[in-house]
Amino acid sequence: MAEHSTHETAHAPAHASKGTYWLIALILGILTLLEVAVFYVPLLRAAIVPILLTLSTAKFALVAMFFMHLKFDKPILTTVFAGGIVVATVIILAMMLLFGVVGPGAHM
Amino acid sequence: MIPRAATATSAHGSLYAGGIRSWLTTVDHKRIGVLYGISALSYFVVGGVEALIIRLQLASADGTLVGADTFNQLFTMHGTTMVFLVLMPLSAALFNYMIPLMIGARDVAFPRLNAFSFWTFLFGSILLNLSFFAGSPPNAGWFGYANLTSRQYNPGMGIDFWLLSVQIMGVASIASAINFTVTILNMRAPGMSLMRVPLFVWMALVVQVLMLLAFPPITVAFIFLLFDRFFGTHFYIPSAGGTPILWQHLFWIFGHPEVYILILPSFGVVSEVLPTFSRKPLFGAPFMIFSGILIGFLGFGVWSHHMFTTGLGAVADTAFSLATMLIAIPTGVKIFNWIATLWGGHIHFKTPLYFAVGMVGLFIIGGLSGIMHASPPVDIQQHDSYFVVAHLHYVFFGGTVFGLFAGIYYWWPKITGRMIGEGLGKLHFWLMVIGMNLTFFPMHFLGLDGMPRRIYTYAADLGWDRWNLIATVGAFVIAVSVLVFFINAARSLIAGEKATADPWDAATLEWTISSPPPEYNFAEVPQVNSARPYWLYKHGPTRDISRHTKAEGSQPQPENPSQRIDLPSPSGWPILAALGLSLVGGGALVGLWAVLIGVAILVFGVYRWAFQPLERPGHPSFGPASTGRR
Amino acid sequence: MDSHATSFGVPNRKLAMWVFIASECMFFGSLIATYLSYEGKSLVGPTPHEILNIPLTSVSTFVLLMSSLAMVLALEAVQSGDRRMTRLWLGGVIVLGGLFLSGQVYEFREFYHEGLTLQQNLFGATFFVLTGFHGAHVTVGVIWMVTLLVMSLRGTLGPERSLDVEVAGLYWHFVDVVWIVIFTVVYLIQ
Repeated sequence: MAEHSTHETAHAPAHASKGTYWLIALILGILTLLEVAVFYVPLLRAAIVPILLTLSTAKFALVAMFFMHLKFDKPILTTVFAGGIVVATVIILAMMLLFGVVGPGAHM
Repeated sequence: MIPRAATATSAHGSLYAGGIRSWLTTVDHKRIGVLYGISALSYFVVGGVEALIIRLQLASADGTLVGADTFNQLFTMHGTTMVFLVLMPLSAALFNYMIPLMIGARDVAFPRLNAFSFWTFLFGSILLNLSFFAGSPPNAGWFGYANLTSRQYNPGMGIDFWLLSVQIMGVASIASAINFTVTILNMRAPGMSLMRVPLFVWMALVVQVLMLLAFPPITVAFIFLLFDRFFGTHFYIPSAGGTPILWQHLFWIFGHPEVYILILPSFGVVSEVLPTFSRKPLFGAPFMIFSGILIGFLGFGVWSHHMFTTGLGAVADTAFSLATMLIAIPTGVKIFNWIATLWGGHIHFKTPLYFAVGMVGLFIIGGLSGIMHASPPVDIQQHDSYFVVAHLHYVFFGGTVFGLFAGIYYWWPKITGRMIGEGLGKLHFWLMVIGMNLTFFPMHFLGLDGMPRRIYTYAADLGWDRWNLIATVGAFVIAVSVLVFFINAARSLIAGEKATADPWDAATLEWTISSPPPEYNFAEVPQVNSARPYWLYKHGPTRDISRHTKAEGSQPQPENPSQRIDLPSPSGWPILAALGLSLVGGGALVGLWAVLIGVAILVFGVYRWAFQPLERPGHPSFGPASTGRR
Repeated sequence: MDSHATSFGVPNRKLAMWVFIASECMFFGSLIATYLSYEGKSLVGPTPHEILNIPLTSVSTFVLLMSSLAMVLALEAVQSGDRRMTRLWLGGVIVLGGLFLSGQVYEFREFYHEGLTLQQNLFGATFFVLTGFHGAHVTVGVIWMVTLLVMSLRGTLGPERSLDVEVAGLYWHFVDVVWIVIFTVVYLIQ
């Protein structure tokens, strides 16, 4: 077990610095604020879905790439994660279509 | 001097030796594979007996052997048993035993997690069958459609047994899937690139990914039903705005990938067996790999073809119909490639080959009825009729069972160190093929003639007697064939001819080690330069690996390691944790206090496991300067 | 299970956690899919609009995001052998995670008082099961962090065990990321 850890840290790839982590955290906080703002500002309410999806995708990506280290790790890990996300997203969209939540004749 | 592969010696005979305690605490993938295999074959008999009773009841009109309620319980238990307690664990047995051997590894990535998966499966399967003793087996089919499964329409404990046991076994499957995904991706011998991985292992990888992605939806479906039944929610209750169709969607989002989980291992076995017994490489191996991946991927897009009669609408029907027809393409590619593998080969007529060829032929029949179902207008006629029963048994029995038996006969020498009788093996095959066709082919006619599924009897004037009687006769022929197999197996184990390391002159790494293998599998980590590393060594390059030389093939393994090999210690925490988890589930049938005891045992077991070193003093150790056993 | 390097150059346990996370995407995906498919189909109230507390949940969301920051800083501290900071930041994850859970408990109790129960309507059922299972995942995470903190206090959590912390961190961040989706889809897009 020890061999695995040393093997890992021995060739530790490029890393985000502590400063970068704080910066990411700050950006995440700002993005959250923006999301809440969209909720309350009537002007933006009209386009709430695309705006929020964009903002939350950005947050998702920042946490995944930096906090979860995917940006610096081997691509296989991103592939594995992406596989799960893609299939899950397809299922969510398919279900929403099948239940009439989105799509032609959607009643929401 | 060409090293000769080590033959089964008394040193390696210790692989299965040891008392009960060594089996309860084993973390060796080979032993775990044997445990899965014995369990699965035992449940095969249980599920088979359930089928025989069903067939006896239906053999004539107005049958009186069992009543309607019992009949419902029988087909529910038969289906649930065959899918979850036989076909999946039998695949797991072969995965467990063979995958590390075929990739040149010494075990799986997480040996204790592997043991946990087995014991969780076993306890879950026992919980399911305890329902018989509680007088309340489940009765709503293996697919448990809402709202027949609601507390209102199914107040007894049967459905609860079903939900809790399948949920527990689902945990075992997901844990296994994580384990084997990491093993296959990360523990291949040096030089074994992904394109050099044997087809059986590739199909296994696709199966693991399918399990990882398909089991969560059914877990969620079950959670919703458990909440409806135990906590009074209304997920599937129309009077509160819910819909039973939600169950169908979630179930089949799992259920369709599940059928690929069930067939791909057999596809993998056939892709190993046909080349070996045709003395030719698999035709179009890269296409076989990609078509397997494509089948897995497309398998997520077709689930509502099980729901064409639920009024999804023309757009949804069309989309799912097209996707379903699309899957026939990669499947067809495989079938043509198998035929092309045999074509022009130097055929060795051995039992594994019979079962593999049988699988291909019978699966084609099942696939043809399947492609008919892909068309909604046709399916609406066939849905819930015996035509579907015919289809599913051709693919599950003709496909999966025949394929798995091909694997059992093929790897029997490796696993047991004994040869298994060719004469009885072929008798088993012919009886099974005849029995299977006698049983299930007439069901096409019965279905087209309007006989619905899941009816416990039928009137005499419907004219269904004759085919039903023939089907019942066929079922007993199958039973005899299975008996022949067990006799063959027993004779082999008791007095079978000792097997060499490589009785079939095969191509892959598992044949470079003794039969059965040493506990550490490989004395030296093999260096792999080809998709058929042992053939390359023994027979030189074939036309499509001509750039290699014999010297680059994988040699037979030496009798003893030249460097010390350390293996993990046995551990009792996996089985304890499995027990805890099962008590959490089973305890729900008893009371909160039982659940809490289960949680306590589970948490305790997990913590002890997490803090226990993988190798403790006295762990199995081999080679020079080995520390020996405790 | 040691000797030669792994085929993909990633430690087995790290790859395993990612594989598990991919599976969990489908678990939460199914719960979210159901929530969305049943949205607006309750026959009786309360409705999301009436009952969801955006200010409170925004703060919870922020808290959980900051706990992820604490998590990466804890990992960094373990890797550099800084015992004090390891304990500080692990403690931070625990406190912030605990704060998030308290917010959930408070919210759930408020909802119950206002008439939204599991059994009341489809919104109650889908909401509580989705956020409840998420909360259960957070709880498991907190217990995991407490275990790591105790190990650190006992002096057994040095750089040689940084993989353990990294793997725990991946789990924690994933649970945070799921909340990002839930916050958007359940609370903000109504």
